[in-house]
Amino acid sequence: MRRILFLLVFFALLAISACGPRPATTPIAPPAVSPTASPLPAEPTATSEPQPVTLTVMTHDSFAASEDVIKAFESANNVKLVFLPSGDTGAALNKAILSKEAPLADVFYGVDNTFLSRALEADLFEPYRSPLLDAIPPEFQLDPQHRVTPVDYGDVCINYDKAYFAEKNLPVPQTLEDLTRPDYKGLLVVENPATSSPGLAFLLATIAHFGDPGYLDFWRALKANDVVIVPDWETAYYTNFSASSGKGPQPMVVSYGSSPPAEVIFAEKPLEEAPTASLIGPDMCFRQIEFVGILKGTKQRELAQKFVDFMLSPTFQEDMPLQMFVFPVNPQAKLPDAFVQYAQIPQQPARLDPTQIAANREKWIQAWTDLMLK
Amino acid sequence: MLLRLRRTRRMGGKGAFSSLLLLPAWVFLGVFFFFPLARIFAYAFDSQLLRDPRAWELLRKVFGFTVYQAALSTLLTLLVALPLAFLLARYAFLGKSLWRTIVNIPFLLPVLVVAAGFNAFLGERGWVNLGLMRLLGLAAPPLRFSGTLAAILLAHVFYNTTLLVRILSYSLEHLDPRLEQTARLLGADGPRLFWYVTLPLLWPALLAGSSLVFLFDFTSFGVILLLGGAKFSTLEVEIYVQGVYMLNLPLAAFLSVAQLICTAGIGYLYAFLLRRAAVPLSPRAAVSNLRFPRRWYERLFLSLMLFLLIVLFLLPMLSVPLRSVLRLEAARGERGEVRYGFTLDYYQELFTNRRASIMYVPPLQAMRNSLVFALLTILFSLALGIPAAVALRHASLPARLSDGLFLLPLGVSAVTLGLGFILVFGRAVASPLLVPFAHTLIALPLVIRTLQPALASLPLRLHQAAQVLGASPWRAWWAVEWPILWRAVLTAAMFAFTVSVGEFGATLLIARPEYPTLPLAIYRFLSQPGGLNYGQAMAMTTILMLFTGLGLLLIERLQGGESRF
Repeated sequence: MRRILFLLVFFALLAISACGPRPATTPIAPPAVSPTASPLPAEPTATSEPQPVTLTVMTHDSFAASEDVIKAFESANNVKLVFLPSGDTGAALNKAILSKEAPLADVFYGVDNTFLSRALEADLFEPYRSPLLDAIPPEFQLDPQHRVTPVDYGDVCINYDKAYFAEKNLPVPQTLEDLTRPDYKGLLVVENPATSSPGLAFLLATIAHFGDPGYLDFWRALKANDVVIVPDWETAYYTNFSASSGKGPQPMVVSYGSSPPAEVIFAEKPLEEAPTASLIGPDMCFRQIEFVGILKGTKQRELAQKFVDFMLSPTFQEDMPLQMFVFPVNPQAKLPDAFVQYAQIPQQPARLDPTQIAANREKWIQAWTDLMLK
Repeated sequence: MLLRLRRTRRMGGKGAFSSLLLLPAWVFLGVFFFFPLARIFAYAFDSQLLRDPRAWELLRKVFGFTVYQAALSTLLTLLVALPLAFLLARYAFLGKSLWRTIVNIPFLLPVLVVAAGFNAFLGERGWVNLGLMRLLGLAAPPLRFSGTLAAILLAHVFYNTTLLVRILSYSLEHLDPRLEQTARLLGADGPRLFWYVTLPLLWPALLAGSSLVFLFDFTSFGVILLLGGAKFSTLEVEIYVQGVYMLNLPLAAFLSVAQLICTAGIGYLYAFLLRRAAVPLSPRAAVSNLRFPRRWYERLFLSLMLFLLIVLFLLPMLSVPLRSVLRLEAARGERGEVRYGFTLDYYQELFTNRRASIMYVPPLQAMRNSLVFALLTILFSLALGIPAAVALRHASLPARLSDGLFLLPLGVSAVTLGLGFILVFGRAVASPLLVPFAHTLIALPLVIRTLQPALASLPLRLHQAAQVLGASPWRAWWAVEWPILWRAVLTAAMFAFTVSVGEFGATLLIARPEYPTLPLAIYRFLSQPGGLNYGQAMAMTTILMLFTGLGLLLIERLQGGESRF
């Protein structure tokens, strides 16, 4: 009998807590907007205002923004923003392509220049030329038809452990070629381009610099110099890199130009100086530019345009660095102090044409894998 | 042969009714599994690939290693789990339920964290290497861990021992001790007793457990990717690479089909062996044959097992909570020793939304969401699993067909299924209700496989006897079979709970930022640089471990009847 009692208590507990998971107390909280399958009743809204419309934004998982910035946009336009993080960039793009006939969202943010051609080929976006685009440097505007609009950029660079190089009295490498010198044997950890987006970006940087097939010779030399290869950024940074909290064995890691300021901002104790810095020699960094686009089939075209404008506005652009650790494309946006002090922007980042990337991505990754992982 | 075990014939006649019991599970799998899969395969599958030698070459290459590491991992897991199950089923000792919980926790830890734990323990700058370096005066770390096959195997054993121990110790506890006593009286010594009596009786549970472990190892993703490093690739990893990085959906679909066929094959093989091997005997509802280890070899066995538990489970796991309260003092670039300092900052920081981000996850809320999703998963998977397991006892055609197919959800890659979900559910894919359904998909095979051996060893005679005495089928079931099954049901509930709380892939598939779960929060911290983020990830993981540890202890209490020490 006692067991049955327990069972009853258990199911009673279940019933109590089963009134549904509690949404976060954020402005994006209200339950599913889609009329097709809203599991919870919509929350009553303010009486005087008309019911706010919903704008759904599909993003990659790294998306973040400040609460008040989002709130300001919502109240100014009487809109509810719903964000759908959909995996890393490739996964999110896959999902957008698959749901093309019945789009999951109105706006897609986060496609970068390495995936751009693929997204444009799939014909996902409606062209829209934001008036704010005039202020954006043309180097970021990769689609002349304005199906996508640049929002931010970041450089994938090698970070190094400043203390290590100072202590060993070792000069830091100035070029990609330097990395193959015996001084730096076993000191660099890179990510596998088949499973990591910074890994792929660094591979592209070497292809931009050495050309195809010259890049393979460089990698052959790196391999001989005991480069360490790990599957993903988390492992590279937290397990292998010596200047991170993991205190790993390698003092150089393929990471982002914004990682040094992040190390200061998220330091355990306030730091006077960043423990890491980036190698920003010519062609040593690869520039990733991220774009936003209005998905075809949206019923909120006008709001979607407003959101694109909003993403280019100084308010949002100034919010991005500390939320997503990327740089704003709008030169009018002021950078936070930590970025001004600790982030270095390469003068000559490596560049590759998106169509070339799309055409050769598989081939390059395969050749790299065959060479490095055999 | 000391003892001839009579095998009763299964009833084939009640097929129609029992097939009805399969219906709920079939409907569920149809909607949430088979239909989405069919849609994505119809969308992405390209029959040209079947004639492309390069696709077959890739499959051959990856398949070999996938099977090899899975077989090896399963074997090792068996070697660890079998004695452990014996210890837990037969002996009483101090802190037993705590040890039991410790064995259970690995199953739900996010792989990123396990990798970090193992690295802090065995990695190049882990404690073992640092200790050895100091002890032997070495300049370089003597052990290489990450990126080796050993790391993959160790992590698989770490993860899956839980499964086998659970299923085996349940069976051992329910064996009729009189059988062994009789055999002893007839002169059987230890090894012969084990070989001729205990092992045949344990066979259904061994099959069920090993087939599950094999499947988990076969479709392993995170462990291969993170601990095996870049060199090793399994089918599941290759599907992910092709689907997400190469954007080659046809090839990903091709590999997914191959993986599913293998999964079904393993499922049917298991079902076939189980049908041949199950020996229905009078099981015992409660267990009375627990004893304290008294003889020298029993004590030696206990100490050895506890040592194994500490080295294999406790130490790698402890490195996480330890790291969550320790600050590493920056002896930057020094490859030798690192100094430590105590801190509670990471926990404090968890509760503040410093950057006022809309993506901030309050820990209590993540906990609450995880709990609600877990309870719903238990409810759904038991409601679907119990009738299905009962129906699977009968040798009807639908039951035979279902046996292998019910395992399939364990064999599908989250990438593939996630894309199928989008094709089928469209915008509804963002509904938070899909989360417990997705968890149920993974939990259901476990629930069924846990109940199956328990049911298989339950003689139909009991049920028939009750009916002869005038009980309705329903009453016979409630009064006779349910009391015996009860503990198996709780074990199944425990699996459902564990799967749900630790499951990350399915949550990510369809997660909404408003309904974050604990694993999701952990990944969010780990994806950004900075010591504070790393520390918070460790703190959140510690909370996850405590939270599930408590949950598991609670379910364990419910099992009652067992002596607690």
